[in-house]
Amino acid sequence: MAIGTGACLGEVILRVEGLHKRYGKDEVLKGVSLELRRGETKVVIGPSGTGKSTLLRCINQLTVPDKGRVWLGDAEITHARTNINHIRAQVGFVFQDFNLFNHLTALHNVSLGLIKVKKMPKEAALARAHEELARVGLAEKACSYPAELSGGQKQRVSIARALAMDPKLILFDEPTSALDPELIGEVLEVMIGLARGGMTMIVVSHEMGFARAVADKIIFMEGGTILEEGTPTELFTCPRCERTGQFLRKITELYGETSER
Amino acid sequence: MTYFEFAGTVFPRLLRATVITLELTAIGIGSGFVLGLLLALTRVYANRVLSGIANVYIQFFRGTPLVVQALAIYYGFPPYLKTLGIEPFSPLVAACIALGLNSAAYQAEYFRGAIQAISSGQMQAARSMGMSKMQAVRSVILPQALRIVLPSWSNELIYTIQYSSVAYFLTLEELTFASMKIAAKYGRAFESYATAGVIYVVIVLLVSRLLAHAESRLRIPGLCVDDRAR
Amino acid sequence: MEATIGATNVLWQSLGPFFSRGLPETVKITALLLCLGLVLGAVLGFTQVYGRRPFRYACVTYEQIFRGVPPLVMILVFYNGFARSFHIMLPATMSAVLALGLRSAAYQSQIFRGAIQAVPPGQMMAARALGMSKLKAIRYVMLPQAFRLAIPPWSNEYSGVVKDTAFACAIGVAELTRQAQLAMTRVSMVPDIGSRLILPIFLILGMFYLALTYGGNALLGLLERRLRIPGFETKGKVER
Repeated sequence: MAIGTGACLGEVILRVEGLHKRYGKDEVLKGVSLELRRGETKVVIGPSGTGKSTLLRCINQLTVPDKGRVWLGDAEITHARTNINHIRAQVGFVFQDFNLFNHLTALHNVSLGLIKVKKMPKEAALARAHEELARVGLAEKACSYPAELSGGQKQRVSIARALAMDPKLILFDEPTSALDPELIGEVLEVMIGLARGGMTMIVVSHEMGFARAVADKIIFMEGGTILEEGTPTELFTCPRCERTGQFLRKITELYGETSER
Repeated sequence: MTYFEFAGTVFPRLLRATVITLELTAIGIGSGFVLGLLLALTRVYANRVLSGIANVYIQFFRGTPLVVQALAIYYGFPPYLKTLGIEPFSPLVAACIALGLNSAAYQAEYFRGAIQAISSGQMQAARSMGMSKMQAVRSVILPQALRIVLPSWSNELIYTIQYSSVAYFLTLEELTFASMKIAAKYGRAFESYATAGVIYVVIVLLVSRLLAHAESRLRIPGLCVDDRAR
Repeated sequence: MEATIGATNVLWQSLGPFFSRGLPETVKITALLLCLGLVLGAVLGFTQVYGRRPFRYACVTYEQIFRGVPPLVMILVFYNGFARSFHIMLPATMSAVLALGLRSAAYQSQIFRGAIQAVPPGQMMAARALGMSKLKAIRYVMLPQAFRLAIPPWSNEYSGVVKDTAFACAIGVAELTRQAQLAMTRVSMVPDIGSRLILPIFLILGMFYLALTYGGNALLGLLERRLRIPGFETKGKVER
């Protein structure tokens, strides 16, 4: 059963309207719209290549959509005049391949954004970075370089890096897909903690156990559009679309179910 | 005289000089190829002593300027060779020797890198078929190594074309020396050197194109460098 | 034999200027031209990666020219060419520095371009995702990594440049090779044996250059080790 933050959902933090994106002849996003309230966790699932990652990237404009609008609170991200850097500082992004800064220690990876983007004084930034690393359970790895960390540790540092910026929401792009099976657990644990703690999140993932545990809504995407959106219970027991049911059954077969925490 | 009249007047002389430049390049890189390959094979497959000697040669000729080598060969050696009854070198011969010895050192390093980049499994497979070391090198290693080395070798050819100008110091009338003489004679220094420069650039561009073409013709699908072998 | 002793004396005396005049001059020219090459090469390299198309084409053209013309010809252009055709009299040393420096810029631009492109694109993405402007991302994330990647090929460029300074003796710059030429003239005046001392002079000259190349490479290797990031391997290509 989804626990999320229950009934006290806040105001709309993110609004996406009619996103379209095409790469050459491929139309990857064919008009996607969604809404996200403060404290909500939504998990996006679907077959590969259906535009899930592209959707996330269009939200913080790492990929610029061809059509469509995105709002963060009252500010329209897609508006030409918007200072995109200002927006990105409020939207956390966790990549599938971590993308930790190779030349910096874990501590400096987490503090760099604070110092250079939020203009925090160095002392305060480092202290805050320590806090976030401790929060993800990696306080003792503060002085290690990315190459010295395991995949799971890298991803946790990556989450700490996003958290340190005090984002309004965090986007997770298949955060555990590049990890060895035994390392997935530690990352999911952190993410579940965040979701239960009230963080606003969109997670693209195949981890059904995670989805069932903390998702307020699950979004099923296929062929560049959202086929269905509903609570985990709704989707697993009585999905409106045939495809949704098919996909969920196949995924549960392949990936098994991680035990609920 | 306009530039074109000037160019027309000096053209025959420049042409002769260009031919000499191309001769120097060909002999230089050709002899460098043979000697360089030998040195590389010595470095990779021979015993410690021979490998060390080859290395000393390579380090010396890569670490000192070509100018110094050319001057040493042209002015330094003949007094000693006289006692052996060898006539002093002509400037052309001295330049060719210098270019050849120099190029050999660089080519040796390129070949060595290419040979060592080929996975050891190739040699193992060849030997387990019963091939001798030399057979294996000839039939299995070298055909692959020579393809891998092409980009570096192209670089070396371009360098040789340009550094054939070292013959200037031996008063051999290749392109650079000729342009200097022409500048002195007609007083049109900049045009003279610029023309020579253009000729060099054109030769380099043509050669680059040719080599790129050769590279694509010789390519073997899937032949890639196995880093682990290093 | 007296003649031998006399000749050896001359040889010994000829070496003085190697240290007092030749070496400093070679070092000076090398340093100056590398700086010129570095600044201009960095600009060219950057433009080739981030600049707009017409600028990129301009850079490529520059490179074709300065990588295609032999160093000696370039030196002669700046010294003789400018003087006699344009009546701009550049001092010999400056001609050499300009000619070799502009040429080095062409090679260094390739080094920097390669280094920038070798940094994984995910690094920039992560930096932008944090909210860094393109400039900040380049400055704090991309450049520190590109810099480390550039050191091995730059080391090669240093070696090449040190040796190219020898061409400057053609226009009379008093660097190492010129000193050797002067020593050669002096020593040749010694009857009989003088000509046999020429080879030793050039061998010693060679030692100087070997010291410069190895010394410089050793220093750069030290720099590379100091800056090394554990686990972040740099792969350099062996070039001249």
